[in-house]
Amino acid sequence: MREVAAEFANPVMLYSIGKDSSVMLHLAMKAFYPSKPPFPLMHVDTTWKFREMIQFRDDTVKRLGLDLIVHINEDGVKRGINPFDSGSSLHTQVMKTESLKQALDKHGFDAAFGGARRDEEKSRAKERIFSFRTATHAWDPKNQRPELWRVYNTRINKGESIRVFPLSNWTELDIWQYILAENIPIVPLYFAKKRPIVERDGTLIMRDDERMKLKPGETVEDRLVRFRTLGCYPLTGAIESDASSLEDIVTEMFTARTSERQGRLIDSDEKASMEKKKKEGYF
Amino acid sequence: MNAPSVDLQNFLAAQEKKSLLRFLTCGSVDDGKSTLIGRLLYDTKLLFEDTLASLEKDSKKFGTTGEDIDFALLVDGLEAEREQGITIDVAYRFFATDKRKFIVADTPGHEQYTRNMATGASNSDLAVILIDARKGVLTQTRRHAYIASLLGIRHVVLAVNKIDLVDYSQQVFDKIVSDFHTFSARLNFVSQVAIPISARFGVNVIETSNQTPWYTGPSLLAHLEVVDVDTALAGKPFRLPVQWVNRPNLDFRGFAGTIAGGRIRPGDAIAVAKSGRTSKVARIVTMDGDLPEAVAGDAVTLTLNDEVDISRGDVLCDPHGRPQVSDQFAAHILWMSEEEMLPGRQYLLKLGTATVPAQVSALKHKIDVNSLDHLAGKTLHLNEVGYCNLALGSALAFDPYRENRDTGGFILIDRFTNATVGAGMIDFSLMRATNVHWQALDVNKQARARLKGQKPVVLWFTGLSGSGKSTIANLVEKSLAAEGKHTYLLDGDNVRHGLNKDLGFTDADRVENIRRVGEAARLFVDAGLIVLTAFISPFRSERRMARELLGEGEFLEVFIDTPIEVCMQRDPKGLYEKAKAGKIKHFTGIDSPYEAPERADIVIRTVETSPEDHAQAIVKYLRDKGYLG
Repeated sequence: MREVAAEFANPVMLYSIGKDSSVMLHLAMKAFYPSKPPFPLMHVDTTWKFREMIQFRDDTVKRLGLDLIVHINEDGVKRGINPFDSGSSLHTQVMKTESLKQALDKHGFDAAFGGARRDEEKSRAKERIFSFRTATHAWDPKNQRPELWRVYNTRINKGESIRVFPLSNWTELDIWQYILAENIPIVPLYFAKKRPIVERDGTLIMRDDERMKLKPGETVEDRLVRFRTLGCYPLTGAIESDASSLEDIVTEMFTARTSERQGRLIDSDEKASMEKKKKEGYF
Repeated sequence: MNAPSVDLQNFLAAQEKKSLLRFLTCGSVDDGKSTLIGRLLYDTKLLFEDTLASLEKDSKKFGTTGEDIDFALLVDGLEAEREQGITIDVAYRFFATDKRKFIVADTPGHEQYTRNMATGASNSDLAVILIDARKGVLTQTRRHAYIASLLGIRHVVLAVNKIDLVDYSQQVFDKIVSDFHTFSARLNFVSQVAIPISARFGVNVIETSNQTPWYTGPSLLAHLEVVDVDTALAGKPFRLPVQWVNRPNLDFRGFAGTIAGGRIRPGDAIAVAKSGRTSKVARIVTMDGDLPEAVAGDAVTLTLNDEVDISRGDVLCDPHGRPQVSDQFAAHILWMSEEEMLPGRQYLLKLGTATVPAQVSALKHKIDVNSLDHLAGKTLHLNEVGYCNLALGSALAFDPYRENRDTGGFILIDRFTNATVGAGMIDFSLMRATNVHWQALDVNKQARARLKGQKPVVLWFTGLSGSGKSTIANLVEKSLAAEGKHTYLLDGDNVRHGLNKDLGFTDADRVENIRRVGEAARLFVDAGLIVLTAFISPFRSERRMARELLGEGEFLEVFIDTPIEVCMQRDPKGLYEKAKAGKIKHFTGIDSPYEAPERADIVIRTVETSPEDHAQAIVKYLRDKGYLG
């Protein structure tokens, strides 16, 4: 992270409010202490995040005294893009991928931190820590710079940018153990609680507001659930769990038998879908 | 269950004690590398249920193992390679057992992917080299062993795979092991362990198998769990490459970086390697309070007792165990770019946190990665390894690579594409760098220039053959001489009759040609002259190199912009005719590229106006800018 702060003119940290972002932000606070991180945070808001996430985001920024940029793709909002009617892939494309590109262009950021990890998904396993993007934000998996030792090539031309993934070599279990060891605050949605749940196509969706219309035969039930990963609420599946503390979660983790991205509806759209999104500029 | 359970406490305690082993797997396309990694992930129960279900589905669709699960599909990630059935990049995998955590770098086997293997090897402590038992030690086995050794890996496991396909034969296994040892005796391995395995059937992977009763060693996993790869970096002299200077306010000045060697405590003496200034460590600052000690691998922020001038790129070190400081060293370079390495061309060199301009001053020899033979060569191509002398734009602190990977490994960056084009491992400092000092002279450039009543400068004419460089340069010189100015014209053809008569027209020779002309021009500028050079000088890198040899305002690039059609029509020396007939090779504009300047100081379009008018325009430019006194 300090490498980026030293080598780039205008870096930004993409803050998604999830547990990985919380760890990444915590590391930044440590890396630059006693200074504050010398870059702003940016949240690309799809307008469909859990309300508790937004609350947590605003509290965190205030507590740490950091600058936050919130970007919403207003064009997408005007077109009425939403995860229910537009489908998850169009929604993600417009409100996340396009929106992120807009925001990066608007502020002229030349480096952006992301919290992605190599253990999350097959195509991410080959991602570099410093990942080069063309002026149109495209990722070319066959034309990435070799990364030897801890020497990172940070040279870019005007308009090009680098995505930086400081948590590349962390696993999900590492994340939780670190949160536990360092007592890092995280969104309460990760802890089990009775929440209003609709079961749709086998996935437990939390009805976070009235925008989610019920289909015939569906009912809202209060069920004891928590989330292993957070995104847009209509696209994020909950798991039934009674883990209500960090210790409970780590205990549940070391006996877990399902990988975390299963709760993410966007991955299973089609095989190799993540790789496609990345080429288009998704993180 | 809010209080941590006993189970959890045990679990966390066990996790903390686990050491991390980073290893690399290398093997050829069909040696079963991906299958082996898939097998390790599967058998260590690291696969989640949904991943397994998806694997079973994929096995049926893409699999090459019939009804069985195809483990290779677990690790081959990107679409294209999945279809081709080969791995094309480095993929990182994570798994853990009760004893250790592992990060596996999975790299491809083809010769054209040597660079990927080197990338994986640069961050690994051990290499698992796969051999197909049916094929034995192949050229690529030797290449893999050499690259691993070159990148500083000291521990290898020779995994003789598909042992089931040779009927678990001990004779076959022994023959392969002895063949390998014959070769590896010339490399620098500390431990070499050979294990007969079958990745597909799990033989000797996790547990030893009764299929190979003659094999008495450990299983692959058992060996990986216990092998000692400690490089004892903490026991080496202290090194902290300064990454970032932390200045939140006037009262705090901290030096942040990751310790690359040794250990440090408050009160310890340190030196700044390059300047030689010394001080003592005041505090090791962290957000959770000051630390009593930090060791190699820790990311720290130090404050010092004294105000010492230190910036990014400096190396803080133990005053009694200092790194070498030099602007010249010998190193092995692995070339990673499609565009060949040209001695004399300027690249950027990044070592630790320092970036400086650098050039390969001599390619001593190339190394055949398959046989270890030394070969003569002028350039390095993709995936070739060369032993080179390097000359840097300014001195750096470093250690030999074999002593410290972090302070002895560097990358070379192309100045135009910004691509990482080479990886280097420093062998030793060339002492002449520290022994040849500049002789300070009393009559300097300023004094000589004053005497002549002019400001010394190089007018660097560039353009195609026949564009009019020599003609216009000649007219400019005549006009300046008429005004009583002191000038010298270096002409391409004339220089090739003397100073550069040993050079031809290959890319490597063109680079050297321009380097010598740049150095000669610099000496003339130092003598106070106005220098005119008329060379095609087709490459941007070399023109930039010449510019950087000279001071601010001492280099003016004059681009004679004549379209190639016009040059061919003029063809004053009949060269285009010959080139088109194939009688001249490497002719600029025909079968060798011309890279036009992007920001020339003066651009001359020769088609509309006469050479005399252009010459007068250039003289006027010099007068307006104050070069003529």
